[in-house]
Amino acid sequence: MLTIKNLHAKIDDKEILRGINLTIKPGEIHAIMGPNGSGKSTLSAVLTGNDKFEVTEGDIIFNGKNLMDLSPEDRSREGMFLSFQYPVEIPGVSMTNFMRTAINEHRKYKGEPPMSASDFLKLMREKKKLVEIDSNLTNRSVNEGFSGGEKKKNEIFQMAMLEPKLSILDETDSGLDIDALRIVANGVNKLKSPERSTIVITHYQRLLDYIVPDYVHVLYKGRIVRSAGKELALELEEKGYDWIKKEFED
Amino acid sequence: MSIASQMVNTTEQFIKLFEKNQSALSNGMHPKVNQLRDVALNHFKQTGIPNTKVENYKYTNLQPFFRPEYKQIITKEDISDNSNPNFKCEVPQLDTYQLFTINGRFFQGNTFPKLPDGVIICSFEDFTTKYPEHTEKYYGETAQVNSDAMVALNTMNARDGFVIYIPKGCIIDNPIQVVNLMIDNTDLFVNQRNLIIAENDCQAKVMICDHTVSTQRFAINAVTEVFIGERAVFDIYGLQSQHNMTTQVAGTYITQKTGSNVMVNNLTLHSGIVRNNIYVTLDGEHCETHLYGLYLNDKNQHVDNFTFIDHVKPNCFSSELFKGVLDDYSSGSFTGKIMVRPNAQKTNAFQSNRNLLLTPDAKFNTKPQLEIYADDVKCSHGATVGQMDENALFYLRSRGLSKEEARILLMYAFTYEVIEKIKVEPLKEQIRGLVEKRFRGELDKCESCVVCGQLGHQISCL
Repeated sequence: MLTIKNLHAKIDDKEILRGINLTIKPGEIHAIMGPNGSGKSTLSAVLTGNDKFEVTEGDIIFNGKNLMDLSPEDRSREGMFLSFQYPVEIPGVSMTNFMRTAINEHRKYKGEPPMSASDFLKLMREKKKLVEIDSNLTNRSVNEGFSGGEKKKNEIFQMAMLEPKLSILDETDSGLDIDALRIVANGVNKLKSPERSTIVITHYQRLLDYIVPDYVHVLYKGRIVRSAGKELALELEEKGYDWIKKEFED
Repeated sequence: MSIASQMVNTTEQFIKLFEKNQSALSNGMHPKVNQLRDVALNHFKQTGIPNTKVENYKYTNLQPFFRPEYKQIITKEDISDNSNPNFKCEVPQLDTYQLFTINGRFFQGNTFPKLPDGVIICSFEDFTTKYPEHTEKYYGETAQVNSDAMVALNTMNARDGFVIYIPKGCIIDNPIQVVNLMIDNTDLFVNQRNLIIAENDCQAKVMICDHTVSTQRFAINAVTEVFIGERAVFDIYGLQSQHNMTTQVAGTYITQKTGSNVMVNNLTLHSGIVRNNIYVTLDGEHCETHLYGLYLNDKNQHVDNFTFIDHVKPNCFSSELFKGVLDDYSSGSFTGKIMVRPNAQKTNAFQSNRNLLLTPDAKFNTKPQLEIYADDVKCSHGATVGQMDENALFYLRSRGLSKEEARILLMYAFTYEVIEKIKVEPLKEQIRGLVEKRFRGELDKCESCVVCGQLGHQISCL
């Protein structure tokens, strides 16, 4: 589904990603962990096409297409989704209007007619229930005045609406209390299917108790320095990153 | 001839024109109207048409746009065409009392079948002769000739416009809709004088639409005096939708008495050069004033909103919110003057001006100007000039919205705060659609006004 080959990226002449290789197959869940500043969020930004970062080398192939040729909106329409670490507040744009526009743009891309108003409202109701989001939130402006937990739940709600093939959860657990964390994780798990893959970017093992990964990768100084099964996350929780840093420096 | 001497000539020629027309203008008018012409002339002689050397007009030079060679309509006899302007209001579920003015003159075919008792809607000319006591009491009291050169010019040439009089305690549910049309076969100087009187305890809404119907150049100098009696509640909605060759100075001068509540919500949708002067005098305790403005500029358009809120008495509240989106190489400015007089204690005055610049060539000047002489007051002001939020744009695109769609959504979102203040629901809906259309570039042809349905099919916006 996703193949990243020797990916290098920089921001303002500072190289952040320095040769990332990663392959994700349909249905898999990959966790990416690593200390602060190792390039985790840069990776998610580069995958979704944020033009603040410049890709200097390497390829990303998503569903047989070269991602570098696609705009952020086309990446989304091809089935990529990023749950933002810091979702943006957009006063004046209602959640309903935003989601309806997004869904219809996706449908247009696939050559399908726009969704009828009643079908759309039905879909909203279903998905709200699925992610246990307060129905009032969708009547408000996008993320405006939402608490940290509400914003993250809202990301998962959007994910449920758009049914992406590949979801990237960028520190979705940061700032969440244990109940919100469970709701968010439940939402992700309910959307799990053999065709859909997930990348979970996190600092902590905690989220991985709920969303169990198939693989855990450690990112350090812009490279994946270690990959293993879910037991690696437990080891990191226990020992911290220092031993990996040390190994890498040596 | 140097540019400076040309400018002086413009003013001189306006004075000469006035002296030539004075007897025709004065014929049959109320003595107060005629007396004030001379007072105004004296002031105008000293100031002339404002240029950027005048502090209050620092960002808008009017001299190149007010040309003395333009035709001026003075009396009824000067109107070439007085046929029905073929009008239909297109705001659904909105019953209004509609009236037209054509080139600044009250349209003689206006009829108001179901007007509540005591309400007067008529031409300024008729009003001054039929209601001399009201004229004596209200005319020229709020729009002081020495406050502004354009008021002086307007007062010199005052002859016609509309008058709305609402008697004590009268509550009118349906809005009164004024449609100002510009249509002629030569370039025109239009001097329109309006009067709105809302007596104690009345409640009403007035919508004022400004349109150009033919492609000529129009230089419009309109003054509207508004008197709001005690405990009256009054809303004024403005919509300016004119072609690019229009220059409009729209002065709204409001006096509020004790306990009254006024809202002004003005949308400059499309025009050439616009200067809005909004002066409010809070001449009574416990008054409330809300001023809202929205302007959408592109091409070489220029919109200058100048507001002056004068807190004369204690315990009043005023709030201002002006927002604008500027595209291409358009420009604009905002001045928010707030005066808190020495005994106006417990004043609450808030002001905010926010601008979104879409291109590096668009330009905006914003100037809060607070003068506070009382010591127990709450005043705040804020002004921003910024660009499109790149993070928000990326967020929307990452959900599959095209760049263009995301931009339109964000521009629209920027304006919604002002549109939400409209209290007439069908009008709000219509304005929403209009603003969205404007952002999509679908209004460029000025086919017809979506709010009031005025046809303008022969116009192409330059």
